[in-house]
Amino acid sequence: MSGAGARHLYLHLPFCAHRCGYCDFVTLVGRNGQHGSYVDAVLAELELERTLLAPDVETVFLGGGTPTFTEPHALSRLLSALPRAAEFTVEANPETVTSELAAMLRAHGVNRVSLGAQTFRPELLAVLERVAQPDTIRRAFYHLRDAGFDNISLDLIYGIPGQSAAELEGDLADALELGPEHLSCYELEAKPGTRFTHGHGPELARQAEAMESYFELVVDHLTAASYRWYETANFCRQPEVARGRDLRARHNLAYWLGRDYLGLGIGAVSTIADVRWRNTPRLRDYELALTRGKRPSRELERLDAAVRNSERIMLGLRLDEQLSLHGLEDAVDRDALERLSSLGLAEVDRGVSVALTRRGRLLGGGVTAELLA
Amino acid sequence: MQERIRNFSIIAHIDHGKSTLADRILELTHAVSQRDMRAQVLDTMELERERGITIKAQAVRVLWKGHQLNLIDTPGHVDFTYEVSRSLQACEGALLVVDAAQGTQAQTLANAYLAIENDLDIVPVVNKIDLPQADPDGAAHELADLIGDTPEHVLRISAKTGEGVADVLDAIVERVPPPAGDPQAPARALIFDSSYDQYRGVVAFVRVVDGTFSRREPLRAMALGTRFEAEELGFFAPTRSESPTLEAGEVGYVITGLKDVSRLRVGDTITSERRPAAEPVPGYKDVKPMVFAGLFPTDSDDYPQLRDALEKLKLNDAALFYEPETSQALGFGFRCGFLGLLHMEIVRERLEREFDLDLLVTAPNVAYRVKPPDGEWREVHTPSDMPNEVEEVEEPYIKASVIVPKEYVGAVMELNNGRRGRFDHLEYLSEARVHLTYELPLAEIVLDYYDQLKSRTRGYASFDYDVIGFRPGKLVRVDILVGGEPVDALSLVLHRDSAYERGRALVERLREEIPRQLFDVAIQAAIGSRVIARETVKAKRKDVLAKCYGGDITRKRKLIERQKAGKRRMKQVGMVEVPQEAFLAVLNLNGERK
Repeated sequence: MSGAGARHLYLHLPFCAHRCGYCDFVTLVGRNGQHGSYVDAVLAELELERTLLAPDVETVFLGGGTPTFTEPHALSRLLSALPRAAEFTVEANPETVTSELAAMLRAHGVNRVSLGAQTFRPELLAVLERVAQPDTIRRAFYHLRDAGFDNISLDLIYGIPGQSAAELEGDLADALELGPEHLSCYELEAKPGTRFTHGHGPELARQAEAMESYFELVVDHLTAASYRWYETANFCRQPEVARGRDLRARHNLAYWLGRDYLGLGIGAVSTIADVRWRNTPRLRDYELALTRGKRPSRELERLDAAVRNSERIMLGLRLDEQLSLHGLEDAVDRDALERLSSLGLAEVDRGVSVALTRRGRLLGGGVTAELLA
Repeated sequence: MQERIRNFSIIAHIDHGKSTLADRILELTHAVSQRDMRAQVLDTMELERERGITIKAQAVRVLWKGHQLNLIDTPGHVDFTYEVSRSLQACEGALLVVDAAQGTQAQTLANAYLAIENDLDIVPVVNKIDLPQADPDGAAHELADLIGDTPEHVLRISAKTGEGVADVLDAIVERVPPPAGDPQAPARALIFDSSYDQYRGVVAFVRVVDGTFSRREPLRAMALGTRFEAEELGFFAPTRSESPTLEAGEVGYVITGLKDVSRLRVGDTITSERRPAAEPVPGYKDVKPMVFAGLFPTDSDDYPQLRDALEKLKLNDAALFYEPETSQALGFGFRCGFLGLLHMEIVRERLEREFDLDLLVTAPNVAYRVKPPDGEWREVHTPSDMPNEVEEVEEPYIKASVIVPKEYVGAVMELNNGRRGRFDHLEYLSEARVHLTYELPLAEIVLDYYDQLKSRTRGYASFDYDVIGFRPGKLVRVDILVGGEPVDALSLVLHRDSAYERGRALVERLREEIPRQLFDVAIQAAIGSRVIARETVKAKRKDVLAKCYGGDITRKRKLIERQKAGKRRMKQVGMVEVPQEAFLAVLNLNGERK
């Protein structure tokens, strides 16, 4: 898998206009004057690690932060230095998407944009501290279409404090009206220590039971609208309504299939040849090391075969495809598998592969914990 | 020599000053110098020290004005009545100590009656006269009434300051008779306590009744027939002092070299093999555990450690009973029998503290006698062993003795009536305090009776009990089924009249304790095939982490590993994971009972 180098490249662009309360990613607010030097550092890291990349990179993904908030000149410089790839995704926040930006991305070979819509309710956007308004999302979407993007993904968040089921249905309808190729729907995670949890934690706890059905609601609506629920939180148009195209996110699919990937930038994670590492999340340390031609400091994690196998199962069960159990025999609890089948949560195909049923996927975390030996 | 010996015990309620008085006596007789004095010399074990009680009796020899005084310590709690009675049997007299502020308590009373039954001469003592709230006259009157003495005869002391303690020693010499045994008769000694030494084996504490015992002499325990040799004889003063002989009337120890305490039981009589006595000292009985509970290691890998620990405890505690038990839900463990609740609590704490074990203790139950149709009577120690079809069932009854200020009599009666109690007797100990006796099923007190009693009387009630035998009861076995599977560890034996109500309450409690699973879980209470209560734990509707990309994989994996580890702490009942706490639901349940 790793012999020829990683075929998947991730770059982290941490800058944001504003840090949303619920966010726990590595982000930096503003710092407009520093975007150029950061891009220099990332490109230096790319040079240092180039040998880890396969000659033909299959996917590139620019995540953040808000990659499209990066100062345009710096962003453009970065994009032009990156290898061309069959799938080249950039994450964008609606308020940053202008027709110029869309055209610039397009010109640099970007062919997929993941747009952080989150919700179309103004009051819920406010709860999430998002800058965009519902119409900002629509405008951004059409700028991208106009620039020729035929693979756009929308991110939605559900389980927002105060969000009713009807409001969630409204969000899904508004999103579907735009006709995106792809949708990622995440339950809001109030992570401990975030400003958001501090402010909304008790309210979320009160709503927990009412919101338990939201995941199901999302799955029902999107599958009914001919989207394929191909991963726990990800949906794409069925090939028959997409001129036969497989619109799954290839980059992310690589994670879920346990492929090697190289991550560049602060806080970025790489997994190559059974070693996983995470770059320092500190901008200064990162840049300083790279200006000196050195690798940034990293947290290393060795992945032995057992860990790798557990991850294969954990990630593989998120998908709607059969997971082959070949080579994973020791990692699976056979009794649990039988139990789960009898409960209608998993389906075993001729004893050699397994997939979760619809209900099994809704309970994927518990099912996985059960299934692992 | 014999007429210069005085053997006595101190009878007192917990905290009424027994240990302090013992210390003062040791000090005054120069058995221990003040400098070396470790406060409360007699309470040796850490646990006893913390609980302010003495579990294991010992005997200390002191000299006072040309007399040999042997102070025989008695256990201070209800569960050890039998041991107390053996200790008292080794004496001719007893100091009956009562707190000048608190007056007579139920245990004092019970032990005082025991002393009277054993024909002991009682020296009444009112202690803590230095306390500001002390009422020495009131306490002296109560005490004198109780034992049929005059208040003037009651000594008034403060063990804490030492005031009056010399008078106590004089009174022992004057009022307690010397031992009456025959020094020429075949040797007999009563075992009133024993302990175990890792290197020397069983150490018996004995009171020589007749004759003389010598070192290296072949001996025999008369009731059990155990043969051994007196490897060493001696007494404590209070440190161990070897002696070539122990003579009639004396109190001391015998090191036996036996490797198993159960072969030398308290109450048995030791005699010489060469010239054996014809009759043992009367009164030996085999103490039977009445309260049972399952002890299971929280981590099933600890089973061998638990077994070893019980073996070791048993060496020091002949009353402890245990046998292997296998529970479908809890795995391998032991069914243990105890004299009572305190005994159970002490064993459990010792296992956890001294042996560092993490235990799950099931709700305690009593021993039942059952007669299946066309079968023989047998004893059942586990509710799940109770047959479905029974012709007759008997349960142990106790005579409960409660002393309370009179304004709480109503509260105590209400509690006892709600516990299937039968009123027996009421008497005024003084104008303010009442002594109540009730007959109650032991099963009604094993869970929370004492707590309830304390809370309903604002802590003023004192309580003691005696098992008075087995009586028939309308009892049924209530099974708990989780996901259709009976959970043996949750079975209960209940009185038919309360089975419905308590079955329902337990099922409701379990619904709260059992976390939601990947499927609906039915929780049922059943008598035989009749389901009398049912609740459902609804299945989870979702259980996923929404996001999982390259940077999240390690975190996500750790979360799943943690989820997995959490499940290991659960016990598997069929397909249902039941947290260990759920097995204690029945304990909490009773706390809510009226």
